[in-house]
Amino acid sequence: MGTKNAELPKNWSVEDLGEGRMILNMGPSHPAMHGIVRILLTVEGERVAEADVEIGYLHRGFEKTCENVTYNQVIPYTDRLNYVSPFINNAGFSLAVEKLLDIETPERCKYLRVIMSELGRLQDHLTCIGANAMEQGAFTVYFYLINARECLYRLTDAVSGGRVTPAYTRIGGVTGDLPPDFRAGTAEAFRKVRKNLGDADKLLTRNRIFVDRMRGTGVISKQDAIALSFTGPVLRACGVPYDVRKAAPYLVYDRFDFTVPVGGSGDNYDRYLVRMEEMNQSMRIVEQALAQIPEGPIRHPDFNVSLPAKEEVYGNIEALMAHFKLTFEGVKPPAGEVYQAVEGGNGELGYYVVSDGSGKPYRVRVRPPCFPLVAGLSKLIKGGYIADIISTFGMINMIGGELER
Amino acid sequence: MGLETVFGHSFFTSRVDDAVNWARKYSFFQYPFVTACCGMEFMSVWASTYDIARFGAEFPRFSPRQADVLFVVGTVNEKLAPVLKRVYDQMCEPKWVVSFGVCATSGGFYDNYAVVQGIDKIIPVDIYIPGCPPRPEAVLDALMKLQDKVSKESVLDKKYR
Amino acid sequence: MNQHVTRTIKEKFPEYVTDSHAFRGDETVVIKREALLEVAGYLRDGLGFEFLMDLTAVDYPGREERFEMVYHFFSLSANLRLRLKAPVGGQNPVIASLTPLWSGANWFEREVYDMFGIKFEGHPDLRRILMYDTFEGHPLRRDYPLDKRQPRLPHRD
Repeated sequence: MGTKNAELPKNWSVEDLGEGRMILNMGPSHPAMHGIVRILLTVEGERVAEADVEIGYLHRGFEKTCENVTYNQVIPYTDRLNYVSPFINNAGFSLAVEKLLDIETPERCKYLRVIMSELGRLQDHLTCIGANAMEQGAFTVYFYLINARECLYRLTDAVSGGRVTPAYTRIGGVTGDLPPDFRAGTAEAFRKVRKNLGDADKLLTRNRIFVDRMRGTGVISKQDAIALSFTGPVLRACGVPYDVRKAAPYLVYDRFDFTVPVGGSGDNYDRYLVRMEEMNQSMRIVEQALAQIPEGPIRHPDFNVSLPAKEEVYGNIEALMAHFKLTFEGVKPPAGEVYQAVEGGNGELGYYVVSDGSGKPYRVRVRPPCFPLVAGLSKLIKGGYIADIISTFGMINMIGGELER
Repeated sequence: MGLETVFGHSFFTSRVDDAVNWARKYSFFQYPFVTACCGMEFMSVWASTYDIARFGAEFPRFSPRQADVLFVVGTVNEKLAPVLKRVYDQMCEPKWVVSFGVCATSGGFYDNYAVVQGIDKIIPVDIYIPGCPPRPEAVLDALMKLQDKVSKESVLDKKYR
Repeated sequence: MNQHVTRTIKEKFPEYVTDSHAFRGDETVVIKREALLEVAGYLRDGLGFEFLMDLTAVDYPGREERFEMVYHFFSLSANLRLRLKAPVGGQNPVIASLTPLWSGANWFEREVYDMFGIKFEGHPDLRRILMYDTFEGHPLRRDYPLDKRQPRLPHRD
């Protein structure tokens, strides 16, 4: 394969490539790369000797854009960070701004956010495992799991009006309440999801090919994972039981009975098992939340934070003014800075929001959970076979939107 | 009338265009250039609920040289633009391009320094699908529109010469 | 109990800590930039903050020292969070790299370099990460207009 100098990694050259080595370019548009990332591999036969991961192909200026829109207008942009579990992003950003404002949302709103976040996590893990299985040749599993995801999309579509990009939360509340048949719909959807998960489990977990490709590949030690700032399922697969929902319970996560699955060996197989078990736990959380959810308002009562009801706007001058001001100038948190972490699909999703007291955020920084994971990718794949890259990359679950923003 | 009456039922006559286009439009080999959020809906269209296979377009070819339809699914930024152009150039004629979602179509709500304001600034586009992301039904509708478009082409068109 | 950490740092490095506050419960310590490696090392080894959760910068064009580096540390064992800030300024903003302490700082610092143009001393591979090499300027600086577009990359044959 021809190697032009322009295609070489930045600080390498053909001369110091070394005997018996060659350069293999993987990506940016590669069949097994869901998401666009380029990996420049130096290989010795089938073994990966060096890897240089290049990202930035989906940088769309999220953080810069946030500085130019009002707080509520940021929410649709957060959908498109981790577009597989948008509800968690929505909830995280709203929580961060509410922390700036120092307000608490009504109980029912908190439950709604928990329910939708967990449905988002389910969608995330279903997509991750489905796509990964497909890349390893288990196409049937992909169909089973995407079917399960479709049931969840219908649920979330009914609540928020959007399948992939719902923009469900607002500062101080959520856009809408549950539809009347939501409980029955959830029970039915979960029955299907459990069936599909059971089928996938039977097809994958003890499948010789799958286990051979997953077990012992992409291994990382606990210490390295911590030094690389890994979080989420990948860190838990190393045996570190860190989950933001348990360590710093936000919303109402402290009221539910759920466990945080951890692995031991830190390889792809453990990551797969952790994700599979997390889906069961997410469904348990949703069921408990639906049993506990109280009646009540879904938005903060303060007109300076969330829009007043339409009847109020048409019948009451204060509400009309508040509506006008909130729409044009936006919520105005006091000057200050906060960091709010939530447990995203891939790990700790942190929002660092700086306010200067105006209606637009001064700075919004997202701590994307898969950024450190992809930063550590070259370490994970070094020394392994080229084919192992696929399973490692799949289980890291790189999501371009949050990686490059 | 004509040849059928002479040779019996083993035979039919048609125009070359009709025969070729019929074959083309029901066997699209697509190249999914999947970059962003729209990929989620693309996966849905592809899976069993919406089942793009009903339209003969289920088979992705990840080599541009074997594909006829380029699905540009998601945002294309300035860094990715040369890659997209190269993929398009590598495809053989006849080829069609579907712009999937508003980001590919016009940059969407990413009107900033990083994002290309529509892939038609880089490559020609046959069908635009609006939506952020488009619902699967919209994608299937677009596919049928593309089939219509293909069925009106002629092998004598300039682009095949 | 978080204040305990702030107090410890203040007592340990009285000459470097310039400010500290706890807005909405987020403990924040502002230090001088030359002390960064020392303080961060003490946080990791002395106080058990084993995670460098996030690393970013904020641009304040009006200030004497224009940029502010913001580090978020997390201690799993004590379940504590701490924000460390260090102002960086001048024509050629430079601060020490945290890569010797946390290998995960590598890409975070590359991103800050790309977006703000802050250089990191001791970084093994400081180059652009999100933007392409020929991109001029640093998009997250406040004086970079949101929609300022640059010439499209030429198509390579």
